[in-house]
Amino acid sequence: MAYSEKVIDHYENPRNVGAMDKDDSGVGTGMVGAPACGDVMRLQIKVNGQGIIEDAKFKTYGCGSAIASSSLVTEWVKGKTLDEAMTIRNSQIAEELELPPVKIHCSVLAEDAIKAAIEDYRNKQGGAQVVAPAEMASAQAAH
Amino acid sequence: MNQPKIIELNSEQSLLINPDRPIYLDYQATTPVDPLVLEQMLPFLTHDFGNAASRSHPYGWTAEKAVEKARQQVADAIHADPREIVWTSGATEATNLALKGAAHFYSGKGKHLITLRTEHKATLDTCRQLEREGFEITYLEVQEDGLVDLQAFAAAIRPDTIIASVLYVNNEIGVIQPMEAIGKMLRAHKVLFHVDAVQALGKIPVDVEAIQADMMSLSGHKIYGPKGIGALYVRRKPRVRVEAQVHGGGHERGMRSGTLPTHQIVGMGAAAELAVQSMESDAKRIRQLRDRLLKGIQERVEETYINGNMEHRVPHNLNISFAFVEGESLIMALKEIAVSSGSACTSASLEPSYVLRALGKSDELAHSSIRFGIGRYTTEEEIDATIGLIAAKVDKLRELSPLWEMHQEGIDLNSIQWAAH
Repeated sequence: MAYSEKVIDHYENPRNVGAMDKDDSGVGTGMVGAPACGDVMRLQIKVNGQGIIEDAKFKTYGCGSAIASSSLVTEWVKGKTLDEAMTIRNSQIAEELELPPVKIHCSVLAEDAIKAAIEDYRNKQGGAQVVAPAEMASAQAAH
Repeated sequence: MNQPKIIELNSEQSLLINPDRPIYLDYQATTPVDPLVLEQMLPFLTHDFGNAASRSHPYGWTAEKAVEKARQQVADAIHADPREIVWTSGATEATNLALKGAAHFYSGKGKHLITLRTEHKATLDTCRQLEREGFEITYLEVQEDGLVDLQAFAAAIRPDTIIASVLYVNNEIGVIQPMEAIGKMLRAHKVLFHVDAVQALGKIPVDVEAIQADMMSLSGHKIYGPKGIGALYVRRKPRVRVEAQVHGGGHERGMRSGTLPTHQIVGMGAAAELAVQSMESDAKRIRQLRDRLLKGIQERVEETYINGNMEHRVPHNLNISFAFVEGESLIMALKEIAVSSGSACTSASLEPSYVLRALGKSDELAHSSIRFGIGRYTTEEEIDATIGLIAAKVDKLRELSPLWEMHQEGIDLNSIQWAAH
């Protein structure tokens, strides 16, 4: 189990851990993965009036690579527009963290989490009725 | 929130925290060679280097004498006759020889074998191979506590059943199967009984007569002996026959050819004798350490679950699931402790432990499990340091875990429809 230094750094000093109010209309929440598969990522973004992601928080249940992938994307999405954030690809995450092939799925999840969070935010802005808790809606919508 | 908590340890404990030389709590994986054992092995690598099969000079005689002494030591440890001990390269080979060797020999009588779903891979993979050769295997379910249900076992026996293979002490969860009852039942049905006693020897009394074993696999490196040596017990009365799997010279009464590794054999013999001698005192001390570890963890960490029966279990093993944290990340956090996880997340399959799954544990709890293996050299200070580290690291990972947050908010995780991926 040889992890790259970058994975270890993010794992030991995770950036932007935490939670935002998921009912805030300026917050988008994406939760992807499943406990049975060994990883669940929750990414939250706070979007300002100009459509720029001004803050991001995450919590992740999963292996070191999953934690590192989500920690990394919180850094990457900050300051980006939603459209820019949508262009982040799992291959970029895997490359940055030097993930081995068996851990590529962690980067896929992180990409999915960004998309799910943005979709949740856009649904809220579009006035879509959120009946189910945000977590449930986004977990289902993610795949 | 992101700051790791300071682990409260006294100065003596702090000295133990060294990631390059973590606290070793993986004694079910392997053990170091006891210095008393090593001392007896060394002369046979240099001065007494003879081949035990050389009958014409003293070099050979010396080696043969040492091999036969070790054979007696191993036989004594399991109440067998030395002529019933066959040296192998390890327990995996012993199990291959037992199951394939006996299945091939007795295939005219029947082609059905019985084993448990929680067996070691040496047994399960050998059974898969026998299936490819046309044998039929029943893999018995175990109960929630890891023990086999004797009625279910009895019901699985058929007229064409030739062999049943049972793991005496489970390597992941340490539970002890009811071997006497199984042995009695199998003997009554004239089914050969193979016992994988790798994790039992040196931990509990092992007696081939008491459990009516017909074959028994043993390993050197789990009992403070060297790696690369094992033995298969093959009963003489009533005689059990196995077909050789390795040919070339007819060593070991034709059952296993190949030059005997004298130093390894001497090491296994010495280790077996020492294991039996120190069994009682080791077990007593290890039980105290196990109880201390369990109590310490339970006092400081919520939502922990013990895997496997606690009563019918060797004290050397503790297997605990820490809900809402994932096993691999926990092991990564515990780099100061050498333990193993029930989560095989490092493999491409991402499968949680099949043993824990067989107990009916959810994937989440199976993924979150840690096996603590306590052994001859474990100290109280190491246990106390482990408790402190576990508590701190589980806390840290739970702070990171969305599942823990949801649990704290009272959300039932089972009520959520998770996306499969």
